[in-house]
Amino acid sequence: MFPSVLIANRGEIARRVIRTARRMGIKAIAVYSDADQSLPYVREADEAVYIGESAPAQSYLDSVLLIDVARKAGAAAVHPGYGFLAESAGFAQAVINAGLTWIGPDPSAIEQMGDKIRARNLMAAAGVPVAPGSAAPVADAEAAVEEASRIGYPVMVKAAAGGGGIGMSAAFDDDALRSAFDTARSRAERFFGSPEILLERYVPHARHVEVQILGLADGRVIALGERDCSVQRRHQKVAEETPSPGVSASLRSRMLSAAVLAGEAVGYRGAGTVECLVDTETGDFMFLEMNTRLQVEHPVTELVTGIDLVQQQFLIAAGEPVTFDASVPVDSSGHALELRVYAEDPKRFLPSPGPITEWSEPSGPGIRVDSGYAAGTTVTLFYDPLLAKLCVHGATRAEALSLARSAVADFRVAGLKTNLPFHAELLDNPEFVSGDYDTGLVSRMRQS
Amino acid sequence: MAEIRAEMVANVWKVLVSEGDRVDDGDTLVILESMKMEIPVLAESPGIVTKLHVAEGDVVQEDELIAEIG
Repeated sequence: MFPSVLIANRGEIARRVIRTARRMGIKAIAVYSDADQSLPYVREADEAVYIGESAPAQSYLDSVLLIDVARKAGAAAVHPGYGFLAESAGFAQAVINAGLTWIGPDPSAIEQMGDKIRARNLMAAAGVPVAPGSAAPVADAEAAVEEASRIGYPVMVKAAAGGGGIGMSAAFDDDALRSAFDTARSRAERFFGSPEILLERYVPHARHVEVQILGLADGRVIALGERDCSVQRRHQKVAEETPSPGVSASLRSRMLSAAVLAGEAVGYRGAGTVECLVDTETGDFMFLEMNTRLQVEHPVTELVTGIDLVQQQFLIAAGEPVTFDASVPVDSSGHALELRVYAEDPKRFLPSPGPITEWSEPSGPGIRVDSGYAAGTTVTLFYDPLLAKLCVHGATRAEALSLARSAVADFRVAGLKTNLPFHAELLDNPEFVSGDYDTGLVSRMRQS
Repeated sequence: MAEIRAEMVANVWKVLVSEGDRVDDGDTLVILESMKMEIPVLAESPGIVTKLHVAEGDVVQEDELIAEIG
């Protein structure tokens, strides 16, 4: 095992990675910008290096600077977390070229999955189901209209290099498509540096279900169960649970096999997530995209399997075997739920940066909180609004929901608006409680 | 006279109108950016933009004046 790791990230995920690194005896080196100097992860790391101004381009997205810092601090490896440079094949390659261990898949796997059009084509060739959609970038709005007549409305317009739901929208007719195309293109250029757009058949009643995979050091790819991520606002996840209440045993087995095929098709190493849509009307599932990194919602899988995914990432990157028997299906017990606590108003979900005057996390059996902030810290406008992930683990779904209700009530944050009141509302929503919900749930909650 | 104020701390990403422009109810005046989200700021009544208090690249605080429409 390598002796030290630089964590090229911030907030809750930096803290999460530091925790496992320290437990494994790996020296954890954190980096921080102006905005983040007083956050808990900076204190908890074995060493913390100041890297620059708050704007991500001047700090967490500056790959040359990060590699320089890693070298000077004597780091043997780099863990990218999620977001920022985690899915940059160029950064992964630069880390490797600098003689450091990259804690993630081979840059070629990142590159192949990073372009959604290329990934779709690759998955289709590997025998993984994909929705009808573009096999090549769509040149302009008129070409999009032509493509939509082939695919059939409604269609989803997406940035080929995109992620996080940014710039994505559904169109139900030609006029809406032209406007969605222009919006998607401008956001794609701005946020992802590539104007390439694809269309995909839009499934109005769908669940968003993803499979956790691990590519082992010996080349095998295994699946560790699914997570249901259908509670979304603005195409971004707000709550996730495992097992999915909408996935039968036979569908689960087909999805897990397809996810393994997807990983094998790119020679995947480390932790990755294969995201799919499940059509609630037909029961079919379709490949959406693969996230070639640790996923935000990985804790729910950890809770039901008892496996520390970050530890497996370290072991695999070091060429060592994982901590469990990978030759048999992994045991899973109980039900886990993650609620993302965001700095945003709970009605319209608008950002609400500001100082945190009070911060008191719930605790107790079956409760896990992965947080990035504390009382006396400030949430700035520079980064995403994730404050904490409140996770619960119960013997049954009903028990998990009940635990979650009391944990939400016990989570006290003051000084800024959070979406904790939304989570209280969600946990009492009959559709959510029934388990029979889809990705339209949150907008239905806000229409009534 | 309608005062348009910022709902949160944000960067001013785009300013889409100039002083003297005529706007309709619902027109986008400015696009703010905060926490990786774009937030369009809309006119709430028809009128003329009499005063613009922000420029692209500015940081506005919660409740800070963005524009006046008369």
